[in-house]
Amino acid sequence: MKRTPKLLIFLDVISALGLIGALLLVFLFTPVEKTMGLVQKVFYFHVASTWMGMLGFLLATVASIGYLRTKNLDWDAAAIAGVEIGMVFVLIGIITGSIWARPIWNTWWTWDPRLTTTLIMELIYAAYFILRSNLGEIRQRARLSAVYAIAGFITVPLTFVSIRIFRSIHPVIIGGSSSGMFSMSGNMLITFVSSLAAFTIFFASVFWHRYILERDQRAVNLQSPEED
Amino acid sequence: MKFIKAVYAIFSKDLINEKRTFETLGSMLVFALIVVLIFLFSFDLSVGLRKEAASGIIWVTLCFAGTLSLDRTMALERETEAIDALRMAPYDATVIYFAKVLGNWFFLLVVAGIVVAAYALFGNVMLFTGGFIAILLMGTFGYILIGALVGALNMQIRSRGPLLSVLLFPLLIPLLLAAVNASSLVLTGNDPAGLRTWVGMLAGYDLLFLAAGIMLYNKILDE
Repeated sequence: MKRTPKLLIFLDVISALGLIGALLLVFLFTPVEKTMGLVQKVFYFHVASTWMGMLGFLLATVASIGYLRTKNLDWDAAAIAGVEIGMVFVLIGIITGSIWARPIWNTWWTWDPRLTTTLIMELIYAAYFILRSNLGEIRQRARLSAVYAIAGFITVPLTFVSIRIFRSIHPVIIGGSSSGMFSMSGNMLITFVSSLAAFTIFFASVFWHRYILERDQRAVNLQSPEED
Repeated sequence: MKFIKAVYAIFSKDLINEKRTFETLGSMLVFALIVVLIFLFSFDLSVGLRKEAASGIIWVTLCFAGTLSLDRTMALERETEAIDALRMAPYDATVIYFAKVLGNWFFLLVVAGIVVAAYALFGNVMLFTGGFIAILLMGTFGYILIGALVGALNMQIRSRGPLLSVLLFPLLIPLLLAAVNASSLVLTGNDPAGLRTWVGMLAGYDLLFLAAGIMLYNKILDE
């Protein structure tokens, strides 16, 4: 077992500082939104954690393609790291979104394209975990779950487009002009970008940790005699 | 040409097998009819609503019934390790994929015909229109394209349980959405522009998963 890389420890520290900094910006620096009030502040972490989750799913798909091409099990470790982080942070995104939606839309949930697509995505990757846990042999598990991850990822944009055909009420913050949109003042934008940056660094560090864990776990399993 | 012959060989093997046992179609048909009846009983719809609900009920029924044949067709190959023999043939695994797609599509279409007829009969609504049949063909084809892929994946799981539907259904949601909406629009005759959009979605889904199936299937069987 190797020691934790220096760069990773550095990343850990930076992401801890970044998250604290983003939190301070959200609560002390940013003005309270005029019509929505305090609950709007959940937005900074809502977007950032959903972004982090999506990044996880995207990297998992890239890693799955990488595994099928190279048959190198390190890609599989990256895929599982991506999916796990994606599951957790998209779930955080859904929950924080619901907290925001309750006072603003007057409902916890609505069948909007983005909401529905993220929910279905969670179901797809939940199925991915079920598949993984039912496969014992390490190469077979890596291969089949890679295929499933790719097939699952293909359906995500399709789900989005097909539900988009129904009318959407989710606000489009960047580069859109739907009716539910609110505009950000300068300070809000600074906070928004900072929390995105903080979560991205946080992502890099969590991803790296999970990747190392999976790789080491595999190495340990290979040494033990009961490995199947 | 050799490719088509090989596909046809596996396809006709599955058909002969089915002709002798009638296991897959038999259980699919009985199951599908029961599901349709349960829907009709549990909703007890008026005639007008029965037509609107037709597409939803029929698609859900087909979705459930389809898993039976997808499960069975690969279980047959696994039970006697026949899949190894198939893999030994000097062909790409894509041959097996196409043969399984054709076989399962055939079964599902037989079931679909009977389900639609049963719904039309019990529900007293007219369903056999050209547009509806075309959407049934497109939708079931897409379903089988992804189903055959997941079926082959499911075959390799040692403790095969009710896992096929858990793996399959999340991937089917966009297809089902398009199929249900397209068929209900074609049956009610409202909103031709919306109908075109949904049919386009169906076609896109079919093409995308045809490509994905061809690329991914031999990865699944690749030992």
